[in-house]
Amino acid sequence: METLVAVISANGLITAFAVVGITVWISYLMSARLTAGRIHGSAIAIILGLAASYWAGSVTGGTRGVVDIGVLAGIGLMGGGMMRDFGIVSTAFGVHISELRKAGVVGVVSIFAGVIVSFIVGALIAVAFGYRDAESITAIGAGAVTYIVGPVTGTAIGASSDVIALSVAAGVVKSILVMIGTPLVAKSIGLNNPQSAMVFGGLMGTTSGVAGGLAATDPRLVPYGAMTATFYTGLGCLMGPSILYFIVRALV
Amino acid sequence: MIIYGVALLAACLLAGLYVGELLGQLLGVQANVGGVGIAMLLLVLASGSQRFKPLVTGASATGINFWSAMYIPIVVAMAASQNVVAAVDGGMLALLAGVGAVVVSFALVPVLSRFGPQSEPLPPLEESHTKTSGGV
Repeated sequence: METLVAVISANGLITAFAVVGITVWISYLMSARLTAGRIHGSAIAIILGLAASYWAGSVTGGTRGVVDIGVLAGIGLMGGGMMRDFGIVSTAFGVHISELRKAGVVGVVSIFAGVIVSFIVGALIAVAFGYRDAESITAIGAGAVTYIVGPVTGTAIGASSDVIALSVAAGVVKSILVMIGTPLVAKSIGLNNPQSAMVFGGLMGTTSGVAGGLAATDPRLVPYGAMTATFYTGLGCLMGPSILYFIVRALV
Repeated sequence: MIIYGVALLAACLLAGLYVGELLGQLLGVQANVGGVGIAMLLLVLASGSQRFKPLVTGASATGINFWSAMYIPIVVAMAASQNVVAAVDGGMLALLAGVGAVVVSFALVPVLSRFGPQSEPLPPLEESHTKTSGGV
């Protein structure tokens, strides 16, 4: 047993391939047997992943889900930013440049609209919860943009650390909700073609959320959504500590 | 050679991330601006050009398609390494801010999608439990 654990731990990435493979297999079985294929297997796999992460986080007290369990540390490598970006870029293979051109202008508009709308929602909720200083309102608003924009903005404008923690939490809620919610609402928001996928990516912006949500909806939409989403956090980091902060400061 | 395709993919990602970092520095923000998107554009351009044909056809294409098919498993691993506890423990404010942002953004998708030239809905996915062709 000790030897087995040692082998598993020493070969983290390989273990991750095996564990994720088994998870995906179980998910597709559940999809077929329990939901008659109505809920996509990859959606179930993502939810199982999130559930495992919640369980692991409560047990270990760590912040990286199952990665904090020694034998599963390789999941962190497989699901980390490096592999995620490599995988996302590979999905662009076979994308038609004509489809990208079609959504060009509206794609750019959607990125601006997404950052501003999410910021306003977050800021309003901060006000509703009794925050009155521009720094806290801006940081929480920025957190509703993404969990990277929140702390970047909060640190830049000198928000307090508990507010920054809240802004990260708001961003993580957003990202997880996009992962789970996208397949459920896809039909009603017309998310079935490259153009709406680009608008979707621009509006949501959270790369992990868009990556997971579209994968669970229709993998062929992933490259289009990811293309716009990838500019979103950059724009958020640009606007958060500058124009959005100035506007909030002028209003309070 | 499979590695040619994988190497092209890697080169696109590195070049894109580099440009994204430079853009970030230029704009004075602490983030990579569109690096992955630029990398995707590079790959799309490369796969459409005559010069790169040996790198994007035959066995080389298999190298790219492999990673494309590995995309969903990577996302599952990503989901398993999220800080879900923090999201749940963030309290009502974090929950409402996150949920509010998502709901409003979802609602805007059909509104904005109406502008500009429309694209056709993709044909229905083939019913198969083994193959999820990640963007192939």
